[in-house]
Order: sequence, then C-alpha cells, then structure tokens
Amino acid sequence: MSEEKLPLGRVLMNGLIFENPVFVQLLGMCPTLATSTTVANALGMGLSATAVLIGSNIAIAALRRFIPEKVRIAAYIIIIAGFVTAVDLLLQAFLPELSESLGVFIPLIVVNCIILARAEAFASKHGVLPSAVDGLGMGLGFTGALLLLATIREILGAGTWFGIPILGEAYKPMITMSTTTGGFLVLGCLIACVQAISQRSQKKEASK
Amino acid sequence: MSGLFLIALNAVLIENYVLVRTIGCCPFLGVSRKTDTAMGMGMAVIFTMTLASGITWAVDHLILVPFKLEYMRTVAFILIIATLVQFVEMALKKILPALYSALGIYLPLITTNCAVLGAALDGITEGYNFIESVVFGMMSAVGFALAIVLFSGVRERTAGNDIPKAFEGFPFALVSASLLAMAFTGFSGLSI
Repeated sequence: MSEEKLPLGRVLMNGLIFENPVFVQLLGMCPTLATSTTVANALGMGLSATAVLIGSNIAIAALRRFIPEKVRIAAYIIIIAGFVTAVDLLLQAFLPELSESLGVFIPLIVVNCIILARAEAFASKHGVLPSAVDGLGMGLGFTGALLLLATIREILGAGTWFGIPILGEAYKPMITMSTTTGGFLVLGCLIACVQAISQRSQKKEASK
Repeated sequence: MSGLFLIALNAVLIENYVLVRTIGCCPFLGVSRKTDTAMGMGMAVIFTMTLASGITWAVDHLILVPFKLEYMRTVAFILIIATLVQFVEMALKKILPALYSALGIYLPLITTNCAVLGAALDGITEGYNFIESVVFGMMSAVGFALAIVLFSGVRERTAGNDIPKAFEGFPFALVSASLLAMAFTGFSGLSI
C-alpha cells in the first residue's frame, strides 16, 4: 500500500474525462442504458450513484488498513450496500416520484461495477481525501455520460428535454429511441465517436 | 398452472431481462464472443438464479418481514447471493467436477450480475409466492441465457466483418445488441 501524492485536480479530471467510467472504461452499462430514457431519470440515477460512490470511497479508504486482504471484496460489498440502502430510503422519503420511476435500479447500484471497481482500484490504495475526490470525479463523469445519452434519447424519443417540449407539435417522436433498442444504438454511436477521437489524436502524435 | 405459464412466458420473452429491461448487460456484452462461453455463462446463471430466488424469498418472508427488517433487503440479498455463489462453487467442485470445470470460471462473475439481485427484488415487489418466485427467477435466467446465446451467434458470424475503424469492438457489439433488442420488442405486442 504505497501512499503517493496525487494532485487532486488531476484525480477529478481523470474521472470526468480521461477515464470516464462509461465511455472509456465501459463500466456500469445496465444503469446507463436503463435510466437514460429521460433526462430527469438520468440525473436522479447519476447523482444517487455519485453519492454512493463518494460515501463508499471515503469509508473504504478510511478502513483500508483494517480490512483483511482475503475478505476485502465481501467487505466492500457490505459497505456499498449500506450506502445504497441509505440513498434508497432517502429517495423514498423525499423524492417518492423519482424513486418510483427508477424502481429496482436504485437497489441495483450495489452491483454497479463502477463502484466496486473504484473501491478496488483507487480507494483501497489511497487516503480519504483523494478517494473522496476520485468518487466525486467518477460520479460526475458517470452523471455526465448519462445526461448526454439521455439528452439525445429524450429529444429524439419524445421531443422534450427535462419534460419541456422543444421540438414543437409537428415533431413525431421516434419511440424506438426510448426503448432498449435506442439505448444500445445511441451508446454504441457515442462510444464510436470517442474511439474515433482517440484514434485521431493517436495518429497526430505518431506523425509528430 | 396457467398463472405460472404466464409468468414464465413474460419473463422469457416479453420482459426479457437483458433485451427489454437492460438488467444484466455486463456479462451479456462481456462474455458473448463465443457461443460455448455464452452457453456456459447462461447455464451458470440459470442454476444460481433459480436457487437465489428461492432462498431470498424464504429469507424475506421468514426473517426480514416478521422482524420488520425490510429496509435491510438490499444488504441481506447481496450477502445471500455472494455466499450462495461461493457455496455453489465449492459444492460443484466436490460433487460434480465435470460441471464445475465447465462452469467454474463464470461462477464468481455472477455475484456482480445484476440480473440475480434484480430477479430476487422483482419477485418480492411483484408479491409472488414461493413457487412463483422460483419459476420467475428461473425463467428470467432462461431469458438471459437465450439472449446471450443468440447474441453470441450474431457476434461469431460478424467477427471477421470489415467495419469502420471507429466502430471496432465495443460499439459494434452495442449496435448488434440494439438490432437484437429491436427483434424482441416484437414480443411486447403479445397480449396474454
């Protein structure tokens, strides 16, 4: 367990852009596809996951010296499950409508690979503060990816953005975009864009 | 009896976990390159999900509800599933080594397959009884297996295709999955 000094800004940007959990690491596909049908759902899911991610990263970083190596995965899952339950109960109490529309996907944050991956790859090796920042960066990167996906899907699938009609009466919604089919398709195209950009920048570097 | 048949049909085709509800996408996209591995994963999931649905139902109705601990459901269920996967792995190793060597490497992956936890939680929210829960869990897993085996067939066929460079790998898989999902939306019109 080496303690290296990391610039916090770099850690934050890592999660947001360079190692974006959805577009670059390709993690957490299920909630990404399922809750990006509307912008409101995407925002709710993204922020819930961010809250869990920050909480679990802090707890795991604080306890990293006490958790035995052999049972660490089980210990991480329990810690994550605790935070997920807290978020679930808070949503039920204060935002019952959102809780209703996200349904089973809130408890399913437990098995969201992004959270376990950050626990294993970052929080177990770094201090409390960098881990919290990493949780924030990854969470916001996840939220941003969800919002981008949801914006495309909601505008094409319903002609609205955050419930506000923007394409006018004449627009006939492409209902497919709100179904799973549209989710897979839009996400596939977005990741293809990311790959195209990274291929181009690699080519530029090679020609220099 | 017809109730159980409807639950089964609904779970396999109409509300297919992967292709309609997008639960369990990680293994669906991760281990679908070859039909053999997809088959192995599908079998392992059917086995664990059937057991997990039954056990979580029993724990929920015998321990959590009588002691008013429903808010512990997520924590309890994920623990049960993780332990169950460990036990299944050990038991298979001892009792059926042939099956173990076929399924072995897929078993640990199942703990983080959200379909298992999803089916356990859905069974409770739907208010199913014990038999219905088990059938629902098993048939959801059959739906998962069907989807992953079909998808692996598509991926094997298209493996050598000449596609735009940006789409290579993951994006291409997602677009193929999208077409497969479109086929499954046809079932949503099925009125029962």
